[in-house]
Amino acid sequence: MKRAGQKVVAGTEAPGTSQTSKKQKTSLCGSGFGESEPCTSMDWGSLPHHVILRVFQFLTLVDRARASSVCRRWNEVFHIPDLWRRFEFELSQPATSYLKSTHPDLIQQIIKRHADHLQYVSFKVDSSTESAEAACDILSQLVNCSIKTLGLISTAKPSFMNVSKAHFASALTVVFVNSKSLSSIKIDDTPLDDPSLKVLVANNSDTLKLLKMSSCPHVSPAGILCVADQCHGLKELALNYYILSDELLLALSSEKHVDLEHLRIDVVSENPGQVQFHTIKKQSWDALVKHSPKVNIVMYFFLYEDEFDAFFREETPVTHLYFGRAVSKAMLGRIGMNCPRLIELVVCANGLQPLDDELIQIAERCKNLTAMGLGECEVTCRGFIEFVKMCGGRLTQLSIMEEVLIPDSDYSLDRLHLEVSKHLGRMWFPDMMPTW
Amino acid sequence: MLHRTIHLFRKELRLHDNPVLLAALESSEALYPVYILDTAFLTSSMHIGALRWNFLLQSLEDLHKNLGKLGSCLLVIQGQYELVLRDHIQKWNITQVTLDAEMEPFYKEMEANIQRLGAELGFKVLSLVSHSLYNTQRILDLNGGSPPLTYKRFLHILSLLGDPEVPVRNLTAEDFQRCRAPDPGLAECYRVPLPMDLKISLESLSPWRGGETEGLQRLEQHLTDQGWVTSFTKPRTIPNSLLPSTTGLSPYFSMGCLSVRTFFYRLSNIYAQAKHHSLPPVSLQGQLLWREFFYTVASATPNFTQMAGNPICLQICWYKDAERLHKWKTAQTGFPWIDAIMTQLRQEGWIHHLARHAVACFLTRGDLWISWEEGMKVFEELLLDADYSINAGNWMWLSASAFFHQYTRIFCPVRFGKRTDPQGDYIRKYLPILKNFPSKYIYEPWTASEEEQKQAGCIIGQDYPFPIVNHKEASDHNLQLMKQVREEQHRTVQLTRDDADDPMEIKVKRDHSEENIAKGKVARTAE
Repeated sequence: MKRAGQKVVAGTEAPGTSQTSKKQKTSLCGSGFGESEPCTSMDWGSLPHHVILRVFQFLTLVDRARASSVCRRWNEVFHIPDLWRRFEFELSQPATSYLKSTHPDLIQQIIKRHADHLQYVSFKVDSSTESAEAACDILSQLVNCSIKTLGLISTAKPSFMNVSKAHFASALTVVFVNSKSLSSIKIDDTPLDDPSLKVLVANNSDTLKLLKMSSCPHVSPAGILCVADQCHGLKELALNYYILSDELLLALSSEKHVDLEHLRIDVVSENPGQVQFHTIKKQSWDALVKHSPKVNIVMYFFLYEDEFDAFFREETPVTHLYFGRAVSKAMLGRIGMNCPRLIELVVCANGLQPLDDELIQIAERCKNLTAMGLGECEVTCRGFIEFVKMCGGRLTQLSIMEEVLIPDSDYSLDRLHLEVSKHLGRMWFPDMMPTW
Repeated sequence: MLHRTIHLFRKELRLHDNPVLLAALESSEALYPVYILDTAFLTSSMHIGALRWNFLLQSLEDLHKNLGKLGSCLLVIQGQYELVLRDHIQKWNITQVTLDAEMEPFYKEMEANIQRLGAELGFKVLSLVSHSLYNTQRILDLNGGSPPLTYKRFLHILSLLGDPEVPVRNLTAEDFQRCRAPDPGLAECYRVPLPMDLKISLESLSPWRGGETEGLQRLEQHLTDQGWVTSFTKPRTIPNSLLPSTTGLSPYFSMGCLSVRTFFYRLSNIYAQAKHHSLPPVSLQGQLLWREFFYTVASATPNFTQMAGNPICLQICWYKDAERLHKWKTAQTGFPWIDAIMTQLRQEGWIHHLARHAVACFLTRGDLWISWEEGMKVFEELLLDADYSINAGNWMWLSASAFFHQYTRIFCPVRFGKRTDPQGDYIRKYLPILKNFPSKYIYEPWTASEEEQKQAGCIIGQDYPFPIVNHKEASDHNLQLMKQVREEQHRTVQLTRDDADDPMEIKVKRDHSEENIAKGKVARTAE
């Protein structure tokens, strides 16, 4: 499980003696270019800064760091602000994680010399609390910065959720208050709370365009409503269903608000029957679509089979639907009835009843459907071919596991793939698992 | 000039469709049919468990009987193969050695050594391919010199290739009459050993009997019995397919007791003649094609049966957990679905392919995050149809290390079982300790109350283990690890991937490209 932490030669000091640097120059010039002696007026070390900068922009961080200890000029270029606009801090505990880790010396250097150059910043942490806390510590030190993009990425739970709310909030506050031009924030799976959102809004309402905060359990409907009310440039929003409200949709549809482009909603239940899901009024959805006719509304469902009752009882403008855990037959029936804007549908699991009727209805009424994926479900071959025939070539993505298809008296799997290919206008196979 | 020939049986333990044996007979005045039982050689390349040894010996005994019917016999000579050959080339004045051509590296090496021996001792060597439907080189040639790395592409290439090689004619007594058989005394000297001779202990007898005769009988039954519809329909509707099949064929293909080409053409005849509604499901031919696919890729991929140095395999830091591996191997995971399957595997040497998917996913990418190589070794030992390339190929597939890319679909060890056999009869058969649990609980007995467990006569944690992982937590965590690996090694991923027809993958790709914009070039560390 271990992997060595990334070793980075931090170019903090200028190279030692001029002899060393000459030697290094020679080896560089000598290799592959046929020059045996450095010409002082034409060697690599005296290229103009902007040329070296251009070359450096193609190198990985490690290679650049190594190059920076070659000579003074290259070292200067290494520290040009342009190269420090984007950075991803990778934080993991070497003893338990096999993910790479940014060297602590490099982190120190960045905070010391480049904090105010940083504009697009992300933190990738493993599952340990220490890594998440280290991320917060770094955030707290980014005082003189004008960050535009911030991302906190947990590669595995629980990471940020185990950091104390106070610690987390104060780290975020530093960035929210000082940056003042934040446009994109990804903080899914964190202890983000309403007061932090208030601070965010107070300082960045003019610039905020993207906010992804799925699975942030401390945020309330009021908290996100505050964002929608003040941040009129918001184009992309990701949140959990429980904080979605009619008021929120209306706020996003107000005249002052720009067109919303992307709304992602996660509907999650940890234990069966634990949550009662509220319904959103049809008028609220209508208002949203009227205001932003091109909006993508993406819903991810992780519910148990008997928890779907509240959904899609009326027309809902959802465009992308993913059912991660299970979905009831009745629900799929309602989707066919009430989701005319549907573009993509992925069903990971269903029960043991064939879904022929539901699929055919979806083909009939969801005229925008172009992508579908079926996992552990059942469809008869005949029903499936009917479905594909009705959709025709508009289905650009079709992923069905071979086991989903039940051969019947009309079709065997062999004939089926030929029929389907014909209707789609391209060679198509179901997803096959090896039989041995 | 007619030869005095030793014919070496290696992996084609049969008389029907055996091109090189036929060639041997047609070119010889004396023929010695030999099987060199070089246990050191066999076990150095693959683990072989008691059941498979037994199957092998039964197959040899059957071969001996069938040769006897044609006036010849099988000579089973034990020892290191090169020494055995040196000895007998001289003794019998051999001028030609014929053997089946195989593509596994250890068999190829053996053939090369025999060629060298031939040059040294002055005998000719002849080998022909008959273990696969097509000559693999033809497939490689049609794909520009390299193997097709996705099953869909492979099927496409096959559609261009046309029909496989035709089986050769059957052997007759006349063939053997023209050709002198070994002296009867030799047969006595080199008879097929019994399991106890090789110190193989048998705890239970597998219902699968080895040999060409048995294989051909099963083949006939398979093709004439309309019951193929029931045996190959998805087992979620017919749980009986999980039980040892009376018409299953995979171990016979693996040992070479049955010719794949013969089977393919028999099936094709049926397709050609029968009314379409009584066609056998394509899974029958599918089994042969999957086999062919893995052989083809293995033949042209270095280090195919391991992760290190294998260009198509994701390099994953699997956990080293001897204790959990042992529990998986010995059916003590606490998940009845998994444990029942591993029990059947150990007792009988065969499990349905969906059962293989379940336990392989559980061991690797689903729950335990242990290397597929460990699983492969266990299957090698226990499975009757363990085959060098197919086993490795399937393990890479099921662990999502290669070929398979819908890693977000992880089989749930409770739900999968429930869908396949809702009543739980399979569990009751192979894990009798659980048989008194009602169907509601039998896949997750730890959810039954203490009272219910007492009634079922089985206390979880005492009579049957607690589950060794929390499936949801483990699989969520593993999903993240897999996502990470695939991001870092996206080039390797692309090698064995079809153009994404999967909206989930597209969605995953879309998410990543958004993140990549934020990360930028700076963050991209060395690959």
